[in-house]
Amino acid sequence: METILHSQHKEVIIGPGRPFVVIGERINPTGRKRLGVEMANGDYHRVRSDAMAQVAAGAQMLDVNAGIPLADEPAILAEAIRQVQSVVDVPLSIDSSVVAALAAGLQAYQGKALVNSVTGEDARLEVMLPLIAEYGAAVIGVTNDETGISPEVDVRFAVAKKIVERAESFGIPREDVLIDPLAMPASAIPGAGKTLLELTRRVQEELGCNTICGASNISFGLPDREQINATFMAMLIAIGMPAAITNPLKPMVRKAILAAEMLMGRDEHCAAWLQQARQESSAAGAGEKGIAADRQAARAARRARRQRREDNK
Amino acid sequence: MNIEQMPLDELFEKMQDDLYDGLADEVVAATNETLRRDLAPQEILSKGLIAGMDIVGVDFRDGILFVPEVLMAAKAMKAAMEVLRPLLVATDAPKLGTMVIGTVKGDIHDIGKNLVAMMMEGAGFNVVNLGVNTDASKFLAALREHDAQLLGMSALLTTTMPYMRVVIKALQEKGWRDKVYVMVGGAAVNEAFAEDIGADAYSADAATAVDRAKWAIKHEKRLQQKFAG
Repeated sequence: METILHSQHKEVIIGPGRPFVVIGERINPTGRKRLGVEMANGDYHRVRSDAMAQVAAGAQMLDVNAGIPLADEPAILAEAIRQVQSVVDVPLSIDSSVVAALAAGLQAYQGKALVNSVTGEDARLEVMLPLIAEYGAAVIGVTNDETGISPEVDVRFAVAKKIVERAESFGIPREDVLIDPLAMPASAIPGAGKTLLELTRRVQEELGCNTICGASNISFGLPDREQINATFMAMLIAIGMPAAITNPLKPMVRKAILAAEMLMGRDEHCAAWLQQARQESSAAGAGEKGIAADRQAARAARRARRQRREDNK
Repeated sequence: MNIEQMPLDELFEKMQDDLYDGLADEVVAATNETLRRDLAPQEILSKGLIAGMDIVGVDFRDGILFVPEVLMAAKAMKAAMEVLRPLLVATDAPKLGTMVIGTVKGDIHDIGKNLVAMMMEGAGFNVVNLGVNTDASKFLAALREHDAQLLGMSALLTTTMPYMRVVIKALQEKGWRDKVYVMVGGAAVNEAFAEDIGADAYSADAATAVDRAKWAIKHEKRLQQKFAG
């Protein structure tokens, strides 16, 4: 099953066997006080630079959140989306739990968006699903409901099933519903990773729809979080999760994704992996690591010749 | 500029660059273009393909290129060789020598061994590649059948590399040890092990293997004896 999203000109396909889709999570004022203050004051320069930096680091989509306490979230979210779409051409995930803000965001967005997110609570489903259907957007369904987040795989699976079925009843096709199995902190809930993997498998096999998750929460409350997040990301890719919301600027996570994609056979000739290794070593020192100057010159000359031949065509 | 108008030195340079970047179609196109200009296949091989693979081999040895890239280059080389090989045979171009190569019994690793085979062929050797899991009798039969001067053995595992000693013993028993230059390599093998089992040379990489083989053909007069018995 494939979820197709688009911006002004770019299309992104999320689906099994497809390249793993990284949705950059940085444009979110939660825990970024300075960003929140700037956005509330109509200063979007950091929103724009974060957008460009994440896309440059390999994000195929971006999440945009404007959850600032006591601010006009609908207006700020809509403006943030316009600002992001003015500098990058990637599909966006519109991130809010406020219905009015989602409506304003969907109104401002050009393309087919992903809405992040709807829970399994009846009251939320009844309000949000018609809005999503109206704009022809896709949606992330989070596996909790009125009773909270169950530690039981069966209970959370039932919530996922309910969201998918309810979405279909509003005319949102199954391929436009991505289930987030909800990463819980492994520090507080032993085996949280295992539960998430089991739930992901069941959703894929029994509901057939795509899964996605914000993977960073798994490491909450522990030291060396980036290492845990990177490892977990590789595990998610291994069981076939096709997308995640994460920070592409974190080198360990980015490299874990590249390595996992390569190991899954989705990096032809290991080209992306080699490219990243070369970029890393050239960033680490002057020129490519451990390569004599004359050999570097030979490589540069080869590139120049290729460029010249291209230009002469 | 398309390749029909390209001066010959630029065309060879392009061929080498395309080989380096593993662009098989481009390398084949350049090979065909040089043939269209009535160049001798031997010259195309040495000035285009071998010169290009030399750079690939050295950059691989020095950690500048990696296995996927060398495999792509080798594939491009192979594609061009398919065009050239029949012509090389027809023109009866002199071969530097013949190498029988294989991964030893019990071992199925062949990436490095195939790289050596490809580089040897590119350098102008006749190469008989026996594949993987090769036992002593198969090595010996091939040496005799092809009148080979060089034997290349590869092993990746510490558990399989002792079999190289078995093959060398079999050569001794046949009285053939002096007729063959024995070269060994593979991840687990090193210089000390090569010496201990009585091999003639250890090579850590394909480029070094080619150099050693060239040296042996030039300097080891004993290798010109024919096989018998």
